[in-house]
Amino acid sequence: MKLTVNEQARDIDVEPDMPLLWVLRDELGVTGPKYGCGIAQGGACTVHVDGKAVRSCVLPVGSVTGKVTTIEGLGTPENLHATQEAWIEHQVAQCGYCQAGQIMAAADFISRVPDPTDEQIDRAMSANLCRCGTYPRIRAAVKTAAAKVREG
Amino acid sequence: MSAVAKVARRGFLLASAAVTGGVAFGVWAVRNPHANPLAAQAEDGEAVFNPWVTVTAQGITLIAPHADKGQGVFSTQAALIAEEMDLAWGDFDVSFGMPSPAYWNRALGSGAAPFLSRDHGSLPTLMRGVMTAAFKMLGGMGTGGSSSMPDSFIKLRAAGASARETLKRAAAKVHGVRVADLRTENSHVILPSGDAIPYTALAEAAADLPPVGEVALRDQSEWKLLGHDMLRLDIPPKSTGTLTYGIDVSVPGMKYAAVRTNPRQFGALRGYDASRAEAMRGVDRVVAVTGGVAVVADNTWRAFQALDAIDFDWGPASYPAEQADHWREVAASFTEERFDQQYLDLGDVDAASIEGPTVDLEYRAGYVGHQPLEPLKAIVEVTDTGATVWAGHQLPTFLLQQVANTLEMEPDQVTFYNQFMGGSFGHRLEFGFVKQAAEIANQMKGVPVKLTYTREEDFAHDFPRQITMARTRGVVSDGQVKSLDLSIASVSAVSSQGARIGFSIPGPDSEIVAGAWSQPYGLENFRVRAYRVPELAPTSSWRSVGASSSGFFADCSMDELLILAGQDPLEGRLAAMNYQPYRRVLERVGEMSNWGSKLGPEQGRGVSFVESFGVPVAMVVEVSNTPAGIRIDRVFTALDVGPVVDPVNFENLVQGGVVWGLGHAMNSEITYADGMAEQSNFNQHEAMRLYQCPEIMVSAVDNGSSIRGVGEPPVPAAPPALGNAIFDATGIRVRELPMNKHVDFL
Repeated sequence: MKLTVNEQARDIDVEPDMPLLWVLRDELGVTGPKYGCGIAQGGACTVHVDGKAVRSCVLPVGSVTGKVTTIEGLGTPENLHATQEAWIEHQVAQCGYCQAGQIMAAADFISRVPDPTDEQIDRAMSANLCRCGTYPRIRAAVKTAAAKVREG
Repeated sequence: MSAVAKVARRGFLLASAAVTGGVAFGVWAVRNPHANPLAAQAEDGEAVFNPWVTVTAQGITLIAPHADKGQGVFSTQAALIAEEMDLAWGDFDVSFGMPSPAYWNRALGSGAAPFLSRDHGSLPTLMRGVMTAAFKMLGGMGTGGSSSMPDSFIKLRAAGASARETLKRAAAKVHGVRVADLRTENSHVILPSGDAIPYTALAEAAADLPPVGEVALRDQSEWKLLGHDMLRLDIPPKSTGTLTYGIDVSVPGMKYAAVRTNPRQFGALRGYDASRAEAMRGVDRVVAVTGGVAVVADNTWRAFQALDAIDFDWGPASYPAEQADHWREVAASFTEERFDQQYLDLGDVDAASIEGPTVDLEYRAGYVGHQPLEPLKAIVEVTDTGATVWAGHQLPTFLLQQVANTLEMEPDQVTFYNQFMGGSFGHRLEFGFVKQAAEIANQMKGVPVKLTYTREEDFAHDFPRQITMARTRGVVSDGQVKSLDLSIASVSAVSSQGARIGFSIPGPDSEIVAGAWSQPYGLENFRVRAYRVPELAPTSSWRSVGASSSGFFADCSMDELLILAGQDPLEGRLAAMNYQPYRRVLERVGEMSNWGSKLGPEQGRGVSFVESFGVPVAMVVEVSNTPAGIRIDRVFTALDVGPVVDPVNFENLVQGGVVWGLGHAMNSEITYADGMAEQSNFNQHEAMRLYQCPEIMVSAVDNGSSIRGVGEPPVPAAPPALGNAIFDATGIRVRELPMNKHVDFL
């Protein structure tokens, strides 16, 4: 089976019903996406397929036809994505375990809704659980990230 | 280079910090009976004095032995050293260090002494000294009880100051100048000529000098780093997916394991059929562990799948199978036989002379799960000579002992590399998952085994917060609270926890009344008593421990009585408070929230005051009663932790503590049916989601108090402030956690 992950073509030999998350983590060593709940209730596993946020813990790899981007492919410490820049400016993370998923969800959201209202942010980001309670900072960082994207 | 890039560029040394051709500094080693763990790694001709700072020609490494669960202490410990050492922020590596008695926690022991934190009398002071000495003898290295800052605040700054002064002496010697003419900045010694010599260039010369001890620490007013906004060192890697958590560690040749034990906790495994599982793709083997079975495979998901294909025959639980029986046992515990201790007795609550009608109230708080987002996991490799463990854990030196016991070896045969944790909240004080990984690895020597819990296994084997009830008898007359008699019955999470590692904790458990007997009210008659419920389901310390439930009981009881007396809840608390520094915290929250100002027609507000781990916390919650349920609009909180070392992180942790306290108070509980937890994932134990999160305003009050931790203290004040606000908005008095049994939330 072939899979494009962070612009790299990868060959994998797994059963098609294996969730994308475990292909990434245990087969390809891409550990930015995290296992949290396994039933699409937390969002720590969020990655992009063709730019759209998906829950990799419930997505069978056999059904993936597009390009997969993980937090590592969104931006790097040397070349940050606007969303990552905003997350660092606001110092959002505590334990940080959910934040890769939060950032991937936010990046997709602001690409579709470049000037979001508070209500839109609440609706878009509430499926991503943060046990540490960094929600006030997530809200602020989404706004900053959106402004950065708008201003190019 | 930008500060972000600089911080992001640094490596985190998650293995040992080897000292080659350099020097380690500090003064505390002088009085420390425990061997310096860095010295053991030193080569000939290297001077190693102290366990926290090493400087070599290649770079500077700081050791941050307190475990990082998300509270940011990896960075804060480094900041304490960097402040005195004049290090450029981020211009160094940081390591968790290796487990060693040298890193014994000075604050955990004294915090365990059963005295009010504001009591500085001779007996409390003596007993705190005794407890501290006991912890030192034990060599107890641990992170918990919001103790990292009290433990580190002086000793890490002293280590940094000693390093700075020794480096200046080295520079004086090498460059033929007087020490008094030297200064330091940005990891350099500055010569009188203005030339800046990097510390790293002075490492070898410093290695030949005895470290300078007894350096006076800088006054808070001179701080350049502490107390100012700084970038937490772990923020850039956590924002780019480049931080390695325990669950991300990979060891060459590693296999992936998953485990299932009896969901009726500690019940027996009567039998199982793994024939289908053994034939599944990628399954290496199925092995027995205590009370259950593990699958070892070539991929975590395949191990999870194989577990689902095993048929188990589980035995019964050792505790009552049904939740109602747990409550019945708690309710039956307000008896003389189960009396644990009396903590406070002002006046005489039993006196017939107290005039006025009595009010009887009953409060309860159920079991709650910890459930950090990173599930329990550990990697263990066992060989003929020892074992190596990679995991995130709060008690490293105890972990060595537990793994050694499991494998029938000596603790010094066990090597432990602590890891960043995806949360803990008390969950990673337990040892079961590490011992299971050791049991599996022991059956396949030479192969590292990574055990990962499924979320469902993690829920099933969470040892939740204590189940507990309170009975309050109050007397109100002439517009005054004449008497408050508070009796609390609880299982002991602390002794449940201790028993699992063979520690019998003698005497009463003061956590049963934490947050209750510390209420600083000089009422005429005020009594607080604890009753011990015999062990039911196993329980464990949950962020803020006893105060998470007893703070709710005590503060809401006070609120009810003040309102019955016709007093304003804030003014009434202020009038009854007998300790001025705490009154200032409550006054501050009144100012912040504009207490007394008019609210909307469907709005209400409540105030609370609870002390936790020596930190006085006052909180105001504002709610709206909407057709879709209670919405929490705004929260104001003021607290006194003494000096705030990292203001951004401080605000983040306080807001997080408020969200934790409110979220679980709203909707989270573990209940048992047929001996098993009925909740198995976050859809059944959700706590707060982003759309429910209020605005949270935070203010630090500095009364000149000694430094305290902030990880836990904001939690206990949140549930009572919410309950009091709901009463104000709706007239419904909620006396049970979680509250959604009685009111709906948005």
